[in-house]
Amino acid sequence: MSIKHHLTESLLMGYAAGTLPEAFNLVVASHVSMCDSCRAAVESYETLGGALLDDTSSEMAPDGLASCLARLDGGGDEVIVPPRPAAPGTLPAPLRDYVGGDLEAIRWRPVGGGVKQAILPTSASASARLLFIPAGAAVPDHGHRGMELTMVLQGAFADETDRFGRGDVEVADEELEHMPVAEPGEDCICLAATDAPLRFRSWLPRLAQPFLKI
Amino acid sequence: TGAAPDRGAWIVEMELIRDRRDKEAFGRLFAHFAPRVKGFLMKSGTEAGVAEDCAQDVMVTVWRKAHLFDARRASVATWIFTIARNRRIDIARRERRPEPEDLGWGPEPDASQEDSIALQQDTDQLGEALRTLPEKQRALIERAYFGDLSHREIADLTGLPLGTIKSRIRLALEKLRHAMDQST
Ligand SMILES: [Zn+2]
Ligand SMILES: [Zn+2]
Repeated sequence: MSIKHHLTESLLMGYAAGTLPEAFNLVVASHVSMCDSCRAAVESYETLGGALLDDTSSEMAPDGLASCLARLDGGGDEVIVPPRPAAPGTLPAPLRDYVGGDLEAIRWRPVGGGVKQAILPTSASASARLLFIPAGAAVPDHGHRGMELTMVLQGAFADETDRFGRGDVEVADEELEHMPVAEPGEDCICLAATDAPLRFRSWLPRLAQPFLKI
Repeated sequence: TGAAPDRGAWIVEMELIRDRRDKEAFGRLFAHFAPRVKGFLMKSGTEAGVAEDCAQDVMVTVWRKAHLFDARRASVATWIFTIARNRRIDIARRERRPEPEDLGWGPEPDASQEDSIALQQDTDQLGEALRTLPEKQRALIERAYFGDLSHREIADLTGLPLGTIKSRIRLALEKLRHAMDQST
């Protein structure tokens, strides 16, 4: 595994702190599933969170412990889900939970030029979608109003900045205008999350934008 | 010789809870952590009454999930922090939190003492380093964790004292991946 493009420290910290939008959490959880160095970073930011707890004390109600003890023997309605180990396939486990399976379970919708997408159900603070870009095809040239995270799951794409292969994440913001092109040979599948609509340069994709929901 | 090495705060209580369902040990854990969890939730903008209830929920979860606690991977404070954080996401935003794939740390009793001691030492050092940070930087970190900063505003938080702990966790992960490769 040779991941070259990692998450930023602020995304890793935000994930550990629990302050990212759900769609970004999904990208982080997917990348961390494949990347030990970012996993180590998340776990150390969680350690930092544990250390911060030392300084937050606020007195509990006098009967707090008693009412808590009273609940311990009941079964409770909370379902304890054991952690899921990795399963063979293309999609990492957190993504599979959203798709309902591996690649074959994705419900693609064509968006033109052979490109397909599948929008994933997340909270509205940011949106997440899977993108299918045929080998050699391009995503229209666009800029960003907010932050866009694109993680490669299969194949590879290249843009003005670099080449991105499986596991790599491109973090784009207002300053980047780019036209990602899938490498020839293998169709490219990506997970993309953004906290603001994209800004296309040509008029055609802009017309199609409300329809694409991007 | 003589005294057993310090296995770190609260691990004994966690083991008593896990193995013997010991309510006195739970009481000690509650006295220490419940007020901290409540304070964390209040500083994150949760109203006092709700924070009280949620802190109790978090402690009940600690009791129920005690068998999932693994001292090789996290200190008790870290583990309870993650439960409190998830509870906060749940009450504030009502959304699910995608978790990474589990690496499947199986039981590996021999190495565990040593690993958990080392992890605890790093954790203690991190806490110490945090206490000696300049006030301004420390306040910024707190705001990031209490949800007062957006993920863009966090971008400038560099130079945090995470080095040792990060490399320790990374080494442990690599050891684990190696063991998994050999067993398949
Ligand atoms: Zn990474
Ligand atoms: Zn883009």
